[in-house]
Amino acid sequence: MNSSLILSIITFVYGLAGFLYILGWVFKKPAAGQLATWIALIGWVGNTAGIIMRWVESYQMGIGHAPFSNLYESLVFFAWAIAVIYLVIERKADNRIIGAFMMPIAFLAMAYASLKTGITNEIQPLIPALKSNWLIAHVITCFIGYAAFATSFGISAMYLMKQGRDEEQIGWLDFAKPLTLFIFMLLFSRVLLANNWAMSAIIALPICLVFYIGVFLARRMPEDFKKRLLAMFPEPVILDELGYQMTLFGFLFLSIGIISGAVWANSAWGRYWGWDPKETWSLVTWFIYATMLHARLMRGWRGKRIAYLSLVGFAAVLFTYFGVNLLPGLHSYGALGQ
Amino acid sequence: MSSKEIASDLSAIDRLWKLFASVKLTIGLLLTLAATSIIGTLIPQNEAPMAYFETFGAFLYRIFSMLGFFDMYHSWWFRALILLLVVNIVVCSIDRLQATWKIIFVRHPRFNPGRYRQLKNRIEYDHDTDAEQLKALYQPIIDRRFRYHRTEETAAGFAIYGERGRWTRLGVYVVHFSVVLLLIGGMIGSIFGFEGFVNIAEGESAQSIQLRNSNQKMQLGFEVRCNDFNVDFYDSGAPKEFRSSLTIFKQGKAVVQKDIIVNDPLRYDGISFFQASYGNLTPNEVILNFTSKATGMLYSKRAGLNTPIFIPEVLGTFVMQKYTRQANFRGHTIGEAFIGRLTPPNGSPVEITLPLKFPSFDRMRKGNVFIAIADFVPRYYTGLQVSRDPGVWVVYVGFILMIIGIYITFFMSHQQIFVDVASLGEKSRTLVAGTSNKNKLGMQKKVTKLSEHLAGLATDD
Repeated sequence: MNSSLILSIITFVYGLAGFLYILGWVFKKPAAGQLATWIALIGWVGNTAGIIMRWVESYQMGIGHAPFSNLYESLVFFAWAIAVIYLVIERKADNRIIGAFMMPIAFLAMAYASLKTGITNEIQPLIPALKSNWLIAHVITCFIGYAAFATSFGISAMYLMKQGRDEEQIGWLDFAKPLTLFIFMLLFSRVLLANNWAMSAIIALPICLVFYIGVFLARRMPEDFKKRLLAMFPEPVILDELGYQMTLFGFLFLSIGIISGAVWANSAWGRYWGWDPKETWSLVTWFIYATMLHARLMRGWRGKRIAYLSLVGFAAVLFTYFGVNLLPGLHSYGALGQ
Repeated sequence: MSSKEIASDLSAIDRLWKLFASVKLTIGLLLTLAATSIIGTLIPQNEAPMAYFETFGAFLYRIFSMLGFFDMYHSWWFRALILLLVVNIVVCSIDRLQATWKIIFVRHPRFNPGRYRQLKNRIEYDHDTDAEQLKALYQPIIDRRFRYHRTEETAAGFAIYGERGRWTRLGVYVVHFSVVLLLIGGMIGSIFGFEGFVNIAEGESAQSIQLRNSNQKMQLGFEVRCNDFNVDFYDSGAPKEFRSSLTIFKQGKAVVQKDIIVNDPLRYDGISFFQASYGNLTPNEVILNFTSKATGMLYSKRAGLNTPIFIPEVLGTFVMQKYTRQANFRGHTIGEAFIGRLTPPNGSPVEITLPLKFPSFDRMRKGNVFIAIADFVPRYYTGLQVSRDPGVWVVYVGFILMIIGIYITFFMSHQQIFVDVASLGEKSRTLVAGTSNKNKLGMQKKVTKLSEHLAGLATDD
């Protein structure tokens, strides 16, 4: 029994928890939801154990280091952070529907780590640049921040579903929305799934199609069924506030993550900021969320506009995390094939 | 200057002030910075002009070059954007601080009972205890939870007012100030600091460094010697450690000695030396095998550069002349090789090429002696990043203030609570209400909890 095996099992545990949350929501089975909570909790405990075991195993191999040094390990920790943040929210908000949106994200992170070719789950020795005490602080804070933004993303998506269509139809938005979705999906596939643009387009198109079929079906759904599905969501005000709280949490941790990275860079390379693509993209993300906070606090933005900004912010997070590996730079540790 | 002109001047300044005090400008600047920052991640920065020319073609090259896209984070317009943002932050902060200063630094906060009595989240309940008893029960609870509190008599009974965290309203200014510190620190660094690099061969020393992004050299004012360089690899071939042993000499005297590795630099006199790269140099010594054709005997000899070696059996003299990364032999490139000259006892000198890839290469010559390289001691140079940044401490203070400030701004709040008790003969009615400047949902929960606690106290009696 080694950590890799445990973590592969946890992938399915998270998947099962997500499935049960969805089941509990769609078929209105509170028992399924309660079971899902326990399974998610078991998954999280197993995830924690997997991380600790991996840490121990690396010492047994004589190359001991904290398990935060490559893409596989970061994804495992990302899933861990999403699971713990979600479980806390579930308790605080006393609502299990959010789990139907969050646990699948944790599942996908783990599944991607296990299944994607080019991501090795071997424990590798540290290269000289990563041998620093800052590694743990930097990676943990960044990924807690990313996980909080992922949660904010999930909650914002729920908010948009709950609020439904705008009363007022703006013509150009009808074209802009699918186009934006396609561009994001194209980038998403290019960064995570395919290694050329043609293949990415082939993957992105069906994703968009499925999304719009979903939207189409949702609109044709019997009114009472739709109402019932949405009635179990938390109130819009609560979703709006929860998403905002998560953004604040993410913003604090992203700031600490960027700062710890800067201090580390200064001790490794003699400069705290060098406009390396990863640094720059983390700053772009920071700017987007800073915009959101100012818009909300000083201009009174609420609701949909904030929710859309949260989606854009999370796209920037994903690009900071994965996309930067397409660009030249120093931060190649988390790259595919590493 | 007439008074009219002064007035128009003032209004111009006023308008400029208003412009910079607007949050719309902040939002515009933040989004513009986010969008433009991306450009420099798509176009590799600070490469050779020729490389850009080849990638983008003449037309785009000229446009990009004009816009400073090849070093965009130092271009005038990007710096201007950052400067505008900082001016915006400063003006906004001053503008709002003027208004909030009086709210924050007040000795006896005033409160308006009428406002609390109409708050939506107020909670009211009745019980059988009279007002005076309740006062004694309530006061310690409020005292424990709220730093500032006072009790006032009202027409119908009494009111306790408590608050805490008034100072947290300053949090946002701490964050804004930290951003200003980052800019100041960065400016100090770019004006009074430098960034450069130097390559030093093992056993040699350097007194000057090459400045980055310029052709200039800079004298260090002392000497840094690389005593030794080592590179270790894991079994997988990945690098494990780069280590340079450095000594600093000031006026010929060794003052500091340290082995540096990545993440552990040497600092001296405000200047830091970081392990950045390394490379191979011509080895100083090789071990050569001479095989005599006549007897088949093999002789191993250590050979330094340009030192003649007498080959036994009177086969001649050999001088190792140089090492080359890319040797040519009859028009073919044969990779790394040593080149030497063999002078037979009675004959003219021959140039001998000894490629590292082909150990028996010299056999082809069919001479009286066959020469091969048995071994050589690799020699390295260490690549050091050298920098001095006197602004770094300002930046670090900015970092710390930013984290503290963000925490205060978003996770602490100014909370006010109001407990109003009205006597209704034998009974009394309690009203609990509270507000906070942030996290209003959280405050609502707190008010509910507090009211439950207070109600419980009264019924326990």
